[in-house]
Amino acid sequence: MKHIKCECGHVNPEGTVLCEACGKPIEVNQHIDGNDKKKLLNMRYEGSARRSTTYNKTIIDKIWNFFSSVKVAVWLIILALIASGIGTILPLEQYIPADAVSRDPAIFYPETYGLFGQIYFQLGFHKLYSSWWYLILISLIGVSLVICSIDRFVPLYRALKRQKAKRHQSFLNRQRFYSESELVSQEDIDAVKAQLKKQRYRIMEEEGHFVAEKGRFSRWGPYVNHIGLIIILIAALLRTTSFFYIDDYVWVREGELTVVPGTESEFYIENNEFILDTYDTEDERFKDAIAKQGQIIPSNFQTNATIYTAENSDVIGAEENLEELGEYQISMNKPAKFGGYTLYQQGYQLNEFSTMTFKIYEMNDSEAESLGEFTIDLFNLQTEYVLDNGFKVEVVEYYPDYSLTENGVRSKTNESNNPAFVFNLFPPNSEASEISFVGDVIGSAEDLGIDTSVVDLQPMANVIGAFAPSIDATGENEYRVLIDSIEFDRKSGLSIKRDYTLPLFGLGAIIFMIGVIQGMYWQHRRIWLHSKSNGILLAAHTNKNWFGLKKDIEKAIEGTSVRMVEDQKEDD
Amino acid sequence: MESLLNTSSTMLFTAFILYLVATFFFGFTIKDKTNEHRKSGFIGKLAITLTIIGFFAQLIYFITRWMASGHAPVSNMFEFVTFLGMCLVLAFIIIYFIYRINILGLFALPIAMIFIAYASVFPTEIAPLVPSLKSHWLYIHVTTVALGSGILFISFVAGLIYLIHEVDQHERTLRTVSLEVILYIIFLLLGFIIISTIYSSMNYNASFEYELNGKPVVANYTLPAIAAPNDGTLVTEGVMEPWFETPSWMQGADAGRKFNSVIWSFFTGTLLYLLTRLVLRKRVGAAIQPLLKHVKPDLVDEINYRSVAIGFPVFTLGGLIFAAIWAQEAWGRFWGWDPKEVWALITWFFYAAYLHLRLSRGWHGEKSAWLAVIGFGIILFNLIVVNLVLAGLHSYA
Ligand code: HEM
Repeated sequence: MKHIKCECGHVNPEGTVLCEACGKPIEVNQHIDGNDKKKLLNMRYEGSARRSTTYNKTIIDKIWNFFSSVKVAVWLIILALIASGIGTILPLEQYIPADAVSRDPAIFYPETYGLFGQIYFQLGFHKLYSSWWYLILISLIGVSLVICSIDRFVPLYRALKRQKAKRHQSFLNRQRFYSESELVSQEDIDAVKAQLKKQRYRIMEEEGHFVAEKGRFSRWGPYVNHIGLIIILIAALLRTTSFFYIDDYVWVREGELTVVPGTESEFYIENNEFILDTYDTEDERFKDAIAKQGQIIPSNFQTNATIYTAENSDVIGAEENLEELGEYQISMNKPAKFGGYTLYQQGYQLNEFSTMTFKIYEMNDSEAESLGEFTIDLFNLQTEYVLDNGFKVEVVEYYPDYSLTENGVRSKTNESNNPAFVFNLFPPNSEASEISFVGDVIGSAEDLGIDTSVVDLQPMANVIGAFAPSIDATGENEYRVLIDSIEFDRKSGLSIKRDYTLPLFGLGAIIFMIGVIQGMYWQHRRIWLHSKSNGILLAAHTNKNWFGLKKDIEKAIEGTSVRMVEDQKEDD
Repeated sequence: MESLLNTSSTMLFTAFILYLVATFFFGFTIKDKTNEHRKSGFIGKLAITLTIIGFFAQLIYFITRWMASGHAPVSNMFEFVTFLGMCLVLAFIIIYFIYRINILGLFALPIAMIFIAYASVFPTEIAPLVPSLKSHWLYIHVTTVALGSGILFISFVAGLIYLIHEVDQHERTLRTVSLEVILYIIFLLLGFIIISTIYSSMNYNASFEYELNGKPVVANYTLPAIAAPNDGTLVTEGVMEPWFETPSWMQGADAGRKFNSVIWSFFTGTLLYLLTRLVLRKRVGAAIQPLLKHVKPDLVDEINYRSVAIGFPVFTLGGLIFAAIWAQEAWGRFWGWDPKEVWALITWFFYAAYLHLRLSRGWHGEKSAWLAVIGFGIILFNLIVVNLVLAGLHSYA
């Protein structure tokens, strides 16, 4: 490495612009910080030798220089900004509404948004924020952050540490704040020094010259805040691994006991009660707003649950050895926390069909006298049901969430939201059978003009009233099967999370805030006083807030014969 | 209860009037050379005093409404936008006492008033909180975001003053046109407020029936329908027939009604703008410029930067950190790429870029001023477009 020895005796690394010790401009390097074109010295990095401005030969140099440029950083930020904006035009994959034409993105986007939606989907914008190129963009910002910080921090730290009180004259008179005074008495110099001390400047002296300095730590603010950002990026990377982050979901019916997924069968949950409170429509305060909304507004969703730990979760059938951990009331904004996991109240379903009872009638029986009945437990569906009097009912088709579309019948989901059956009915001692279709209670109710969408917050039976008749597909049936009664279930949807990256994110955020405040609300101020045989030179520099520095100087020289500095600021 | 609410709305109105009067007094100081000596004359003192009284009146509005509803009034569009206006005034008062510059008031207060007026276009009833909003973090998050935004708005105000002062109006350039567009947009906002106020004082209503996701719904227009909902039928009698239908690619609930409001704002705002131009016989920017003769551009530039320096950390805290903590408490995910969240991130990135350009690349003065204006645009985008168009978890309306 080529070192540069200054006339003051200090040996500077290659690429130094201003001598680390005395500040004298090093002739051959003035172009680096653009000092050759200006009177004032560029003080941003103290004229220190930064790798990025010194070497530009190898490919590594080039990459280093690319990433250490703030211009590149700003471009990366702007690209990320535009990309993020585009991703908000249409809903993301995970926000496709439940009542959409299809939850398959390949169908949803073109169907709902036409050609634009097609293109949007094709370009992968529906999962933009997890797409490889978005992640690369964010990683590049991270790389830029690290390289930029190292490139500047190390030399800046060196330069500030090695600086001497005695500065070269050409350093002083090329500062923005500068003045020369003749015939200044030693008392005046001491008075200035005392004043500066009072203003909490630290004074360093050398051969009758001195520098008063304060707030140097604020120079590290940007590096501290960028370290915070880097920690956040690292946390985000760790979060993609399942050790650090577990995310699962469970539906539990009232009264049901089930394993909590994602916990390796360590924990079980029993839903004792699901509570849904709504606002009183007569409430003095809210009645206008509620009337305007025209619907019931919920005030609380809550699951009262008991959590159990399995004694020996490796053994199959561990459910027998459950030990109660405690009772929890889980509601929105009040999750349950246990064993490193957190359970959040997330969804609910009040009107899941659970059991349905059917009765068999003769087709043209005006008395409507039942020939027998059978009950289907939708969570424990049998293939056939044999009645006492010899009737046999075979379940040919079962649609838990029946819907009739242009493309035929299908089940929208696997939840029993609107069950429908195709039965094969065998009368007693008969080999011949007849087909009947029963179900689609919701569809029939809507055909009668009942709005079943309000059902969300109400018991379904209140809403649908009468039950649907069955359909005789062939018109030749002798019997018909009718729904006699339905029972509904209430179930609660809870999400399970375990996120070990949270403290890391928190730490990153705190460090970022500290760094921003440190850099923004304190400033690094230095005032040099250089004694000459016939007077003194006064110069000052700050990285921010020149106004404040000026006031400090005014106060310091008050009542002395030292001249106030002049602002030599040039227009850029 | 009833009386609390009455007090509350009276105080809001009082605040509005006080801001208006204070604006006039700030206007009177325009010729005041004392501006330059960082000392203000009597009229300036009166103006800032009125502003502070106005701020306290609005504070009483806030507190009484909180008492009446039982929750902090920041939970719907009306309450939030009003609060934003209040934060803008607070930020102005703080910055005023640092720099003692009267001209800032002349621009900041009208913008605060536009916010308050815009807010009152939304339903003002006290609405109950849905379960996901029932958290102390709602208050902490929303108030800090609003405060941060309010401070950042001051940088826009300073930037705007800088631009009006500095942009050379002698010939038509990209700069004069851009500045004029900004002023024109303010006219559009005014147009929207004026026309909505006129029709709502007449209790205008026209209802349409149309289908949304296969279900019949009703849209209530409070402005005469120029654009009907797509495939909608007018059910109210004796009102203006729509001229055309909202195109079908405009999605979502109430797309027609929102589109109609946009059309009306354009009509009224443009008319207002043209009338003003007709009276002034020059660009609005050129007409204001001579009034700003005594402005010191360096000082205004300093205010622009200082408000970003203060506003940026506050916004980071409220809009990202507190938001994430709350989202973690409520949904178990501190970040969900919801449009509102993404736009908060964009805002944050943008002001980070502003700071880098300024501190590292020396973008001062006019460049900084344009950036401050764009930043304001991004925050407004999040407030208006994201809330009303790109519906997500946060959408109030
Ligand atoms: C993309 C990579 C980034 C690079 C290379 C970078 C580089 C820099 C540099 C060199 C400075 C010092 C400016 C100076 O005083 O000369 C700085 C300041 C700053 N950076 Fe970054 N930055 C990056 C990303 C970010 C991001 C994403 C944020 C936050 C959103 C951020 C926030 C800040 C802040 C607030 C300051 C000013 C601190 C102060 O002066 O006290 N930076 N950055």
